[in-house]
Amino acid sequence: MSPQVIVDGLVAGAMIGLGATGVTLTYSILRFANFAHGEFIAWGAYFALAVSGFLGALAPALTAPIGPFSFGWSLPIAALAAIALTAALALLVDALLFGSLRAKNSAIIIMVMASFGAALTLRNLLEFIFTSSPAYYAEGLQMALRFAGVRATPDALLCLVIAAIIVIALHAVIAHTAIGRAMRAVSENPQLAAIVGIDSRKIVRLVWILGAGLACLAGVMAGLIVQIRPTMGLDLLLPLFAAAILGGIGSAMGAMLGGLIIGLAESLTVALAGGEWRAAVAFVILVAILLLRPHGLFGRS
Amino acid sequence: MILDLIGYAAFFLTIALTYAIICLGLNVQWGQTGLFNVGVAAFVAIGAYVSALMTTPEAAGRFGGLGQPIAIGWIGGAVTAGLSSLLVGALTIKLRADYLAIATFGVAVVIHLCALNLEWLTGGPFGISFIPRPFASYAGEPLLFGLSNLALLSLVVLVLYLGLEQLLRSPWGRVLRAIREDEAAALALGKSSVRFRLQAFAIGGAIMGLAGAAQAHFIGFIAPDNYQPTLTFQVWAMLIVGGSGNNRGAILGAILVWGVWAISAGAIAAIFPPGEQASAASLQIVLIGLALCAILLWRPRGLLGEVKTVSRHLAELSPEGGRDHP
Repeated sequence: MSPQVIVDGLVAGAMIGLGATGVTLTYSILRFANFAHGEFIAWGAYFALAVSGFLGALAPALTAPIGPFSFGWSLPIAALAAIALTAALALLVDALLFGSLRAKNSAIIIMVMASFGAALTLRNLLEFIFTSSPAYYAEGLQMALRFAGVRATPDALLCLVIAAIIVIALHAVIAHTAIGRAMRAVSENPQLAAIVGIDSRKIVRLVWILGAGLACLAGVMAGLIVQIRPTMGLDLLLPLFAAAILGGIGSAMGAMLGGLIIGLAESLTVALAGGEWRAAVAFVILVAILLLRPHGLFGRS
Repeated sequence: MILDLIGYAAFFLTIALTYAIICLGLNVQWGQTGLFNVGVAAFVAIGAYVSALMTTPEAAGRFGGLGQPIAIGWIGGAVTAGLSSLLVGALTIKLRADYLAIATFGVAVVIHLCALNLEWLTGGPFGISFIPRPFASYAGEPLLFGLSNLALLSLVVLVLYLGLEQLLRSPWGRVLRAIREDEAAALALGKSSVRFRLQAFAIGGAIMGLAGAAQAHFIGFIAPDNYQPTLTFQVWAMLIVGGSGNNRGAILGAILVWGVWAISAGAIAAIFPPGEQASAASLQIVLIGLALCAILLWRPRGLLGEVKTVSRHLAELSPEGGRDHP
């Protein structure tokens, strides 16, 4: 493996890992595979695009690139706003759809199907509003930094650092704080958690906010490094699920590690077999985990 | 004029019936057994491609071209799709319910990718053309050609319907429902839930493959873009609208949803200027997605709900004589 393949893989993997931490959290608390998670990624990216475009029009100074990066201050501010908007979107979908189904005690598989319908609605709504042509946060081309024969853009390195910080913080919150303990309790046994006075509705809301926020960040990163398209969430969905299952459902660190493994495997495949087979990598890994270790690296069987 | 109309109606109904076959397959998997297949398009594609490869005349630069009769192609497509679903099922059916959904989603991605990239086998993005059409000797008379195809497809749907109704009422079909409703109880009665589920999944997959083959031969041309997630979504909408668990519902839903789809597509083409048609088409999917969610929320049984009691032994005992009751 050449060092370039490793760096490319890590950058893509950090993005997948960040999205997968959201999947693993929502999966462990809500107990169904949410096919609409990918759409939160895409909506997050477009929210940030819309807000940063608005800010740029309002105050053109905000679009001047910061240091070595390709974007100005409008993007980080827009990303924060987009996180809030994506979380609001997730809460809205939950209130309209999943909440009602939960209240009716619908089967898991009905929830999965509803998420499938929600995903199609959300994705095509995005295509309707923004059309299917790709968009970018910044117009200019960015020069890659060279270090020991490896090329990486400052944007990509920043994404790696942010992903690392967020996963460590998330792990600390889940492992050591009262709210994290409450989340683990609900994921372990909702009835027992309710008996000791944990409000599971509050935890469900919190998990939607966290999951959507992480999805939005992953979307902004994907938009920054690759491009923004309405189908970007759909294309990431299989890698996200594979990473979450590989890491073990419920484990944030596991999801990030799973994301990195899939990112590396994808970049190796692109180097060896060509870019057209990238999308198959996550499936092959998924099949391998389901065969060998269905509860994942860090999950319990 | 009236002949044109009949010709168009025959064409429309024939396409709707191919969807009805897919829907019947999904009904075995989801309606009877509760297996969530998000990769319907993949199994339809497998049937279509296998049948096309077996029956097309030889073509330069592509494998296949075995020149077999159409019936052999249909059987080959159905068997291959059934075996593929058996493989996917064997991998995931023992695990939690939604892993099957994730795995079938992956299958759909990979099959689409293969259809797109394995040019020596599938013809790549341009697909396979010159697939022999049934009753091709009538091609000179469009009306006769259309009606013969409609009759053939109606016959296939009728045979499948009767066969599946028989299966549904058989002890085998009742075990499937028992497993779906209460797996522990079925296990306690000594029924291996994994084996029954696997059988149902494979049979459903084979029916989808047959539908894919029938569709490919009727249109005469296939390409990877026919087998996108939209197809899976359409079939799901059809089954949910018609009433999952009910074979007549599956057929009715297919014809209705395909009708709405075709009419709204026609309306979009007529109303919107060419530049806005792509976004109008996405709005069409948005509306149908909303409708699917709304039905799940408010009328999960669909138009024709599932018939609760299918055993004729029980029907004699129950006061309503086996009619469905909500």
